[in-house]
Amino acid sequence: MIKTDILIIGAGPTGLFAVFEAGLLKLKCHLIDALPQAGGQCSEIYPKKPIYDIPGFPEVLAGDLVDNLMEQIKSFQPGFTLGERAETIKKLEDGTFVVTTNKGAEHHAPIVAIAGGLGSFEPRKPLLDNLSKFEDNGVAYMIKDPEVYRDKKVIIAGGGDSALDWSIFLADIASQVTLVHRRNEFRGALDSVEKVQELKDKGRLNLITPAEIIALNGDTQLESVLIRKISDAKEELILEVDNFIPLFGLSPKLGPIGDWGLEIEKNAIKVDTFDYQTNIPGIYAIGDVNTYPGKLKLILCGFHEATLMCQSAFQKIHPDKKYVMKYTTVGGVSGFDGTKKEAPKAVVKAIE
Amino acid sequence: MTDIKIKITDREGVLHEIDAPTDMNMNLMEVVRSYELAPEGTIGICGGMAMCASCQCYVLSDTELPEMGDDEEAMLSEAFNVKDNSRLGCQLHITEDMDGLEVELAPEEL
Repeated sequence: MIKTDILIIGAGPTGLFAVFEAGLLKLKCHLIDALPQAGGQCSEIYPKKPIYDIPGFPEVLAGDLVDNLMEQIKSFQPGFTLGERAETIKKLEDGTFVVTTNKGAEHHAPIVAIAGGLGSFEPRKPLLDNLSKFEDNGVAYMIKDPEVYRDKKVIIAGGGDSALDWSIFLADIASQVTLVHRRNEFRGALDSVEKVQELKDKGRLNLITPAEIIALNGDTQLESVLIRKISDAKEELILEVDNFIPLFGLSPKLGPIGDWGLEIEKNAIKVDTFDYQTNIPGIYAIGDVNTYPGKLKLILCGFHEATLMCQSAFQKIHPDKKYVMKYTTVGGVSGFDGTKKEAPKAVVKAIE
Repeated sequence: MTDIKIKITDREGVLHEIDAPTDMNMNLMEVVRSYELAPEGTIGICGGMAMCASCQCYVLSDTELPEMGDDEEAMLSEAFNVKDNSRLGCQLHITEDMDGLEVELAPEEL
């Protein structure tokens, strides 16, 4: 069981900055995120997009903002449970919480801060009738262990980086790789596109474009797919395959958090703007995941909410401690790793 | 201030005839959100970067619209429920030329 002071659900910019504010109050944080890396939407959807409304940064790439936040919180040594989704929450008799992920990892903390953004990112599934029947029976939406595909006939659908990259990777492992996309153009890194072209020219990868998969066939296990070519003459072909991997990107879902007994309005969690606490004492919601009158889904608002949340969390954890907010220009930043950052002392020297 | 008339059929099939401002730097997705014609969190999820297809709509009138950019075309090629008249609302900047536009919101991707 992982123990911490503030358990943060969601490792986007708001969740990451909460680690810093908590650290100033000597509170430790642990973050859970369904994505395999920190940064939330900034890393997953638009790392190369510039943001212009982070105070003090006239322009910053979303990916760079995440890198900076990671650097800023490094000395507070946050723990991470990545690639796992927070599934259930249990309130213990002493008022503390245990949050369990979909992989069974348990996290114990007196305070839970939901910084879940738009929700956890789930793979977008194509609209095919019997798709769910073949899930884990030949159909998978992400590749966890590439060895599963050794000497198998694999078909991948999609037109982005992950479809290209996995087609390239599996070309060396699978006995046959087919890539299907609705257009001739792919939206991916140039060298990935060139590599796929090279594999196709060498006959090591079948490329079928513009086309889409319109039906799945098989008894219990996937046996073949029906592919329709998108051209003037609507040509259809059946291809025998062992595995179908649709890679159509990810879309956010509020998910299990929606069942935690929290007051939900407009797909967001209602909070009190005094301290961003939800209707369940000890559970806070900050950033894009919350709602209140006048709410704006901006990173800069998330930072503010994280800061006030931490003050309230401190009071809850240490009800008897006296505390006043201290400026970092005065108190510096003392990391849990023993490092200390502080303003250099001014030199006083007489002028003769 | 100039407003134009737009007819929007929501996901429940209800027709709304609304006024859309041309001087507020708004796109069609934002107009839909401002009138709350689809629940928050189900439209404009990526914020308007043509990176999700939650604002997909079908253009029903023969209103002349700006051509699709690469991002919009790429996103629609990966979206579901796409038809020949599909567009992304977030890429349709409201202008006076759009007066009389009629669209239907595409179903929500589940």
